[in-house]
Amino acid sequence: MNLVFDIAWTHVRNRARQTLVAVAGVATGVGFSIMMASLMQGSQDDFIRQLVNALPNITVSDEQRSPPPQPAEAAFAAAELHGLTPEAKRRGIKNPLAMIAALEGWVPGGIAPSVKTQVIIRYAARDISTSVIGIDPGREARVSDLPKQMRAGTLTALYRATNAIILGDKLADKIGARVGANLTLSSSEGTTLTAQVVGIFHSGVRPIDEATAYVLVKTGQILAQQTGLVNELHVRLADPMASREVASRIERDVGYKTVSWQEAHEDLLSTFVIRNVIMYTVVGAILLVASFGTYNIISTITHEKARDIAIMKSLGLSERTVRAIFVVEAAIIGVVGGLFGFLLGYLLCVALGAIEFRSPFMDTNHLPMVYSPLHYLIALLVALASSLTAGYAPARKAARAHPVEIIRGAT
Amino acid sequence: MTASAAVETASRREGAVGPVPLIEARHLTRILPGVVPTTLVHDVDLKIWPHEFVAITGPSGSGKSSLLYLLGLLDLPTAGEVLVGGQPTSGMSEAQLAVIRLATLGFVFQFHFLLPEFTVLENVVLPMRALGALSQKAMTERGLAVLGSLGLEDHVHKRPDQLSGGQRQRVAVARALANEPAIILADEPTGSLDSKSTEQVFTVLQELVEVRGKTVVAVTHDLDLAQRMHRQVQLVDGHVVADADIPSRGKK
Repeated sequence: MNLVFDIAWTHVRNRARQTLVAVAGVATGVGFSIMMASLMQGSQDDFIRQLVNALPNITVSDEQRSPPPQPAEAAFAAAELHGLTPEAKRRGIKNPLAMIAALEGWVPGGIAPSVKTQVIIRYAARDISTSVIGIDPGREARVSDLPKQMRAGTLTALYRATNAIILGDKLADKIGARVGANLTLSSSEGTTLTAQVVGIFHSGVRPIDEATAYVLVKTGQILAQQTGLVNELHVRLADPMASREVASRIERDVGYKTVSWQEAHEDLLSTFVIRNVIMYTVVGAILLVASFGTYNIISTITHEKARDIAIMKSLGLSERTVRAIFVVEAAIIGVVGGLFGFLLGYLLCVALGAIEFRSPFMDTNHLPMVYSPLHYLIALLVALASSLTAGYAPARKAARAHPVEIIRGAT
Repeated sequence: MTASAAVETASRREGAVGPVPLIEARHLTRILPGVVPTTLVHDVDLKIWPHEFVAITGPSGSGKSSLLYLLGLLDLPTAGEVLVGGQPTSGMSEAQLAVIRLATLGFVFQFHFLLPEFTVLENVVLPMRALGALSQKAMTERGLAVLGSLGLEDHVHKRPDQLSGGQRQRVAVARALANEPAIILADEPTGSLDSKSTEQVFTVLQELVEVRGKTVVAVTHDLDLAQRMHRQVQLVDGHVVADADIPSRGKK
């Protein structure tokens, strides 16, 4: 109702200083909660991004979820079998190129093969056990950040020597190898060959940098003695969040165990739920404190305006109308405070995002901030709800006041 | 003269209008609860007829203001009931009572009780807006007309604190008239005014009855003024002790 708003607006306007304090309270609450949400969401997104980028979105491995049936089961229709060892089968995904070609028909993203084997690297009388991964440089660029992580040389340099190898920077430091050095690789399968270092990479993840090296798929297959087979297919999707669905479809298509990053990191993702609960509790507490300011001013106005309330009621304004006046006042404070809070929150986010960190442990040197309208909406709604709750109690009390008692007291 | 005789006189006088009184009090009693309950109004029967100009007089603490608040539905009786236009009000909700106050009753108090943040015109228009029966334009026009008829046309856009006491009280009367109520209830309307302003405000009330055909019930302890009204109801300790038409004026 227009009249209600007019009176409410006049009340808050005539108490500019008090109103400003209450508005500032709400604005601070909204501003800081937006900042908190932006920072928490930002760091969470950043963490997930690192997680998603450190590993393929989806890994198709040369395993099955359930062990293959024993031939005896098929032959005898037996209910139970004792004393059998599983059939010895060569590990590895057969005919990977055909499979990649089939998957590329519908998977929205890049696919790359990889061959993994354990190798002892010998160089300058040092032996280091290392994972050697065979990759296809052209395809690898589509599924990992490895090309961006190169500190020396490029991925395509792998084609330059007969047996070329790219080392993690910590591994290279450990054995003292530089680009151009010739290493001896001895695989667990018994193959020994000489490889030339053509590049150094730095992923930022210490265990990887310390004990990983990349070679061509072909070299990897020789080391693992599995010509024509690969161990894993790596998939990176345009939308990593769709990994779960795509993974289950790939598994149905190809029959190999296919794991999405969400499945691989279920434990980590569940900690985010706890983090968010903590965040929203803190944000809620901030806004709750802000609502005390609103309670305070509405309470004060109803006290100061006791006489006016009595007059309005004696004129014939109903209890509901009088109550509405003060609830609207609380709403005005909530909305105005919320809007100023938007500005404050945005500025805080910008300021925090501009701070530079120089840390040897972190590759990012800015706080990751996320600007999401949802944070603003939630903060405004919570601020409005707490303001209305805070305003309702004194409004109800004021509206119930008996006009005669106040008028009698005045005369 | 007894109360019943007064009613007869009034009926005869208002014969053409009909036998229903505007406000009727039946065995009206108001007891203020407390450790020692105080009886403000005790078993009062009273009928207010159309076009009357009634003075309620009595010594301090005789319950005259309390009676007026009960008649105006501002306060609820402990026992007995008030009928407005023949309609019982005892079972009504707070919201229904508020609508009756808004549409059929107008209040004027000892202090002007105007809302200080609003202009004179806004104060007068406020009850109309609360009732919501007219358009914005019509409300402004009527507000200006009412203020003009009370000689306040030059002050419509001033704040109440820019006016004299008499002017403020006339604005309060204008506000009471906003929704064209049949009855104006005035509680010591001249109680805080000097003699010149008292005369102005009294003249306004008198014209309401004699020119506009309203009914005015005014509580006053000023016996001179009471003598100049048409009917005088005297209270002592919450009882009606006298209820008389004033011969020189009442038969006009």
